[in-house]
Amino acid sequence: MNRNSLRIAAPAALLALAFGLSACGAANESDDSGSKGTDTKVSGTLNAGGSSAQEAAVNAWKKAFQTTNPDTTVNYDPVGSGGGREQFLAGGLAIAGSDAYLDDDELAKAKELCKGDVVEVPVYVSPIAVIFNLDGVKDLNLSPKTIADIFAGKITTWDDAAIKADNPDAKLPSEKITPVHRSDDSGTTQNFTDYLSKAAEGAWTAEPGQTWPIKGGEAAEGTSGVVAAVTGGKGTIGYADESQAGDLGQAKVKVGDTFNAATPEAAAKVLDTSKPVAGRSATDIAIDVDRTSTEAGVYPIVLASYQIACQAPAKDAALIKAWLTYVASSDGQAAAAAGAGSAPLTAEFGKKVQAAIETIKVS
Amino acid sequence: MTSTQAPAPGRAPIRRPGDRIFSGVSLGAGLLILAILAGVAIFLTVQGIPGITASPDEVKSGKSFLPYVWPLVYGTLIAATVAMLIAVPVAIGVALFISHYAPRRLGQTLGYLIDLLAAVPSVVYGLWGIGFLAPHLVPFYAWLDEHLGFLPFFGPASATGRTILTASIVLAVMILPIMTAICREIFLQTPRLHEEAALALGATRWEMARLAIFPYARSGIVSAAMLGLGRALGETLAVAMVLSVGVGTVTANLIGSDNPSTIAANIALGFAEATGKSVNALIASGLVLFVITFLVNFAARSIVDRRKEFSGAN
Amino acid sequence: MTTTLTPPPVDVSRELYGARLPTWGPRAVITAAVAAAAAAYAVGVNLLQAALLAWVICMVLPLWSAAVEGRRKATDRLVTTLVSSAFVLAMFPLFSILWTVISKGTKVLSAEFFTNSMRNVVGEGGGIYHALVGTLLITGAAAVISIPIGIFAAIYLVEYAEGNRLSRWIRFLVDVMTGIPSIVAGLFAYALFVLFFGEGVRMGIGGSVALSVLMIPILVRSTEEMLKLVPNELREASYALGVPKWRTVSKIVLPTSLAGIVTGVTLSIARVIGETAPLLIIVGTTDSVNFNLFDGRMASLPVFAFASQRNPGIPPEFSIDRAWGAALVLLIIVMLLNLIARLVSYFFSPKGER
Repeated sequence: MNRNSLRIAAPAALLALAFGLSACGAANESDDSGSKGTDTKVSGTLNAGGSSAQEAAVNAWKKAFQTTNPDTTVNYDPVGSGGGREQFLAGGLAIAGSDAYLDDDELAKAKELCKGDVVEVPVYVSPIAVIFNLDGVKDLNLSPKTIADIFAGKITTWDDAAIKADNPDAKLPSEKITPVHRSDDSGTTQNFTDYLSKAAEGAWTAEPGQTWPIKGGEAAEGTSGVVAAVTGGKGTIGYADESQAGDLGQAKVKVGDTFNAATPEAAAKVLDTSKPVAGRSATDIAIDVDRTSTEAGVYPIVLASYQIACQAPAKDAALIKAWLTYVASSDGQAAAAAGAGSAPLTAEFGKKVQAAIETIKVS
Repeated sequence: MTSTQAPAPGRAPIRRPGDRIFSGVSLGAGLLILAILAGVAIFLTVQGIPGITASPDEVKSGKSFLPYVWPLVYGTLIAATVAMLIAVPVAIGVALFISHYAPRRLGQTLGYLIDLLAAVPSVVYGLWGIGFLAPHLVPFYAWLDEHLGFLPFFGPASATGRTILTASIVLAVMILPIMTAICREIFLQTPRLHEEAALALGATRWEMARLAIFPYARSGIVSAAMLGLGRALGETLAVAMVLSVGVGTVTANLIGSDNPSTIAANIALGFAEATGKSVNALIASGLVLFVITFLVNFAARSIVDRRKEFSGAN
Repeated sequence: MTTTLTPPPVDVSRELYGARLPTWGPRAVITAAVAAAAAAYAVGVNLLQAALLAWVICMVLPLWSAAVEGRRKATDRLVTTLVSSAFVLAMFPLFSILWTVISKGTKVLSAEFFTNSMRNVVGEGGGIYHALVGTLLITGAAAVISIPIGIFAAIYLVEYAEGNRLSRWIRFLVDVMTGIPSIVAGLFAYALFVLFFGEGVRMGIGGSVALSVLMIPILVRSTEEMLKLVPNELREASYALGVPKWRTVSKIVLPTSLAGIVTGVTLSIARVIGETAPLLIIVGTTDSVNFNLFDGRMASLPVFAFASQRNPGIPPEFSIDRAWGAALVLLIIVMLLNLIARLVSYFFSPKGER
């Protein structure tokens, strides 16, 4: 194999060399070399990867972070949460982005890898909207049980009594309902089914999971696929990140006695009322989102996506710490909200997150 | 070929250094391919076996391997078969049109355009499938359901058109360029003399094609079809985007909204979020696809007459 | 073609002077078909049905021919109609896709788009320079790896193997290789490179290896077919002149089949240049320029297009426009490759009757 790879490598290297000599950097990267010097800034390359849901937010963070720290390059491979966690646990990535917190097995492995504790912080919170496309209907109120029955195929027409009961003023046609779900495994499906199984008063019997668990309905790939299918069909209903819902109608979801819309503020607020997962250390802010919260102004269908790093990273500790500190800061959260439509962490919750990041040891 | 090289008895063949090096390099390249393939096979087997033996509660699907993979195998075969049924005749027709029917200059330009399409990324085919093809096929599917609904293939029609038949059409379009290009090159290589001989005997153009072109090009057409089939079996992203997949569905209905997934699309849909044994299960399904390709090729090769290795001017 | 040909009994007078359709016949039928379809479309029939109508009208031609010219001519006309309609049928989706890519991709093309990377760009602006560099280097290296292996393997199969068992296995396994899903090729490359470089490896050359796994079978199959088509008379003539076998292969066989081989090479490059999944796994992605195939992540056009389309951020338009732009640039690259390939085969092929 070695001789082969040498034979393979030699012409390829020549090619690379020829290309490298003749080419120059991108026009917008030329100013990088000029601004060296200030030694308070960090430098180096940070390799992260995982959740593709975070990608747009990471792009916004990268822009600001690389501008203030011009000698850094942050790479983020959107390979998916599972891939991100696996590669982090194998020691291949400095930071994993994940739509789900590490489970107990993974946590044990991570502690072994890190030779110490793990810092796991939710930094990207995205409300998941129930989107629909129905002629003549703009506003729709739905209770959790009704949503579960619609997606389970028990409620099949829009003028069903259960929907009418929540929307006494709406003119609901007798059109057929086509529910649309994600065909790929995703954190969005995980959070949506988790919500249904906890909040729908027993109407949803399937186990929550990243794979859509039941038969029936239409399936589409990715957030954009669901949005496209709901937009293209008639009488369709689906679930997708609120920021990508576009002009589609978004249902208000019943929380306690009121119907709340999927807004960033309401989504961030639910984290405050949720309980941390039992048995985790102070730096591991894993959260089971409180789906049945009855507090005013919360929206319980949210996706909380984490970034995971070692508490005492073997290398680039300063860089990792600087990155996470920025990401969790109010500036970072605002940048993600502007670039990706995520919900900024509340000040109170942000403090908890910052305290965890503060424990990262820079030797 | 062999006869020209056979040395006279009792006389050792002359082996020049150039010959030895050249044949050595050629053999080396052939063996290297075997090594690569062995590498892929070993990789798939080693990584796949834990997925095959995993107990149902260790993997995300919650099923043991066979019930998990069977609907995928079914979907893969259906999608690829329908795609081939559409693409093979069309590809041969298009290639024949370009090589022997169209005016020469026009044919070249058109061939050039078709070659371009081999480069369109899968994601574009996927977007085209969702955004253009599927909605346009909805009325057609409704018609099929209404008038041919007694056939098992045309059950209740999907309201969005994102069915396995649509996926097969997208696959057919995707494999068309490569099949057309190879068929075209081979048709163009038919010796002029054969064609002119056929025409001189009073054959019509179609009879000329049947007598002179097809016998000459048969092995090449099979190769082209196999390449197309390979791509149809292994295509991931476009199918994943276009198809509305159900959970473990097995149905004969080609135009419904609850469709079986294909192995490759299922890998694409599940891989990003998979961990532990679920990854192994996905790779094991890749191994199954590998075996299917193996069997299909085996069958195709045995059916096609391979006696004429050199269909050329022998 | 050495056997004596016995001429089939042909009624010469009928064949030469028999009834024929008027020369304007086919043209008239096609014109009528197009006109009818256009009229139907204008009235409000949908495109599919209008096309079907045109096709049905075209089918009049073989029937007419059967009535006037007899069965053989009619069959010929039927096949001509079928072949032509296969062509039109294929052109429809092909043009529809080309048009989609071109119309959506052209609006972002600008000098900035080609010279800037995506470093520190959110929202509007930015470009694909980094991805362009990555795609050219990775695909180029893949071609450098695959072309010699593929062509030499094909030479082995056609010229040296003489149908032995090994060659049958190679041929068969190459066919099996065509069915490897691209993501499996990526996983294989990743597993291979992890053996040498440890976990978390990302380098451009790994992507080239993954692409080679996909490229080699196409190359071997197409090259093999083209080599087989070289008439044996040419080889025998060369041997008869005392030319060594390797020179016969390199000077006679390869140049004769050059046009076909070059088509195969371009096709195989076109096939892999748009691959997303393997590159995402082993090459990763970055938003800065990286010229080094052997160190670190590189961006590539398909991964860039895929990620931009999938996670566009808000507002999504800018990112999605860039995705279409990247797809269009891929097409343009392949168009240029094709052009180069045509020129190569034009200047280096022996001039023959074709």
